[in-house]
Amino acid sequence: MPDHVSIVPFAVLTGAVVLGAVAMMLSRNVVHAAFWLLEVMMAVAGLFMLLSAGFLALVQVMVYAGAVSVLMLFTVMLTLRRREDAERPLDLSAASFGLAFAFGLAAATAIGSLPGARVRMPAHAPGVAEFGALLFSRWALPLEIASVVLLIALVGAVWWTGGEDR
Amino acid sequence: MSPLLQALLRTLAAVALLLVNGVVLILMLRKVLARLHLRLGPTRVGPWGVLQTVADVFKLLTKEDFRPSGADKWLFRLAPVLVFVPSFMAYLPLALSDTWRFSDLDTGVLFVLAAGSLVPIGILMAGWGSNAKWSLLGGLRAAGQQIAYEIPLMLSVLGPVMFAGSLNVAAIVNAQRGVWLGVIPRWFVLPQLVGFVIFAIAGQAETSQTPFDMSEAESELITGFANEYSGMRFGFMFLAEFSNMFVVSALGVTLFFGGWLVPWADRNPLALALGPAVFMLKTYLGIAVMMWVRGTLPRVRVDQLLAFSWKTLIPVSLAWTVLSALVMRAVNL
Repeated sequence: MPDHVSIVPFAVLTGAVVLGAVAMMLSRNVVHAAFWLLEVMMAVAGLFMLLSAGFLALVQVMVYAGAVSVLMLFTVMLTLRRREDAERPLDLSAASFGLAFAFGLAAATAIGSLPGARVRMPAHAPGVAEFGALLFSRWALPLEIASVVLLIALVGAVWWTGGEDR
Repeated sequence: MSPLLQALLRTLAAVALLLVNGVVLILMLRKVLARLHLRLGPTRVGPWGVLQTVADVFKLLTKEDFRPSGADKWLFRLAPVLVFVPSFMAYLPLALSDTWRFSDLDTGVLFVLAAGSLVPIGILMAGWGSNAKWSLLGGLRAAGQQIAYEIPLMLSVLGPVMFAGSLNVAAIVNAQRGVWLGVIPRWFVLPQLVGFVIFAIAGQAETSQTPFDMSEAESELITGFANEYSGMRFGFMFLAEFSNMFVVSALGVTLFFGGWLVPWADRNPLALALGPAVFMLKTYLGIAVMMWVRGTLPRVRVDQLLAFSWKTLIPVSLAWTVLSALVMRAVNL
């Protein structure tokens, strides 16, 4: 595996991620914002693909783009009583820009203070078979714990919303 | 040949297959449905009506591209693209034979499923962008339905994947060589019969075919999400639907019916050379069965459809996955 990825696809994909995120924040229509979020998720999948993490990219597409954002869109479209309700107020005052700037500064300082994580790339990109073998041997217990936590969350959500017979 | 040019040519080959499939499948649907309704179907344009679809393509291409004044301009324009592109992406991992393939992905089956999971996004976009009640209802129905039936579809795929020990479509087909007990072809449909039935039901729902076509429902939603579209934008949505049918059938043939293998002759060089034709024949047989079901069964209600998936199909497919994993370990197939 080379130590660098080629610059052109990287620039296109990171540009898509950053611009998509900005467009999501700036669009007044919540449905448009949800579609921009979807674009960001797809571009992140592209970045995974660029790093030879094919399995991760496909899971990103399937879970985040195919399920999470579809559910988000579904909920937004189902709960809007009128079409005009999709327009949200956008605060462009100096105070909000100041707050955003302060947050950006804090995040940049926090990331800058971390020790430089210079990871050496492996000799070859592990395939999906190696990934699966490792996931179900060395990381089997954490995987099971995570799945049980998710299952509990699922059952809890159903119980929470369950009608009169609860 | 440079890898970029090679990739471009392979992609173009996939586009060509998709377009040819679209033209052939539309005529096939009309003829099969006509047969089931005791009609003749198209007969006038060309012998046996074979040129009818070609004439229809020209009609779609020359029609006015109409946009309702209240529609959301960009979403309305973008939606047909987002419906069409995933259905095209799903072609890329398919393999017509050991050598006839568009790509060699170790995650092939997962790639097809991931592409399929993107289909509801374009439909939701079309439903919202059209700014019409029928369209939005159709879009929401399609999204709810596809999310519900994606889960049993993925679980039913797990059985053959476990048997073959790979997500690569060619590896799955090659694991189905040989015979059981001397006579029965080693196709995964036999040990995975329950899985195949789940796959067939979920596939019929994922491609929005009757009895699960509530998102289009001509008689109540007047084609739902595609209602406001005209010309080639409508054509793309239509084409995507037919290409999804082909993908589901091809995936079923790969996973359960030995792909391009001819039973009892799966090492014969002549049979292997005919692989692509065998694969297409099996896939079209699968599509014919899907059309037969479409022409026979009445449409169910949307609440029945969702309840059937969440309360019956998903528990059954979960139990079946666990059972087949345990049996596979015990018998060591």
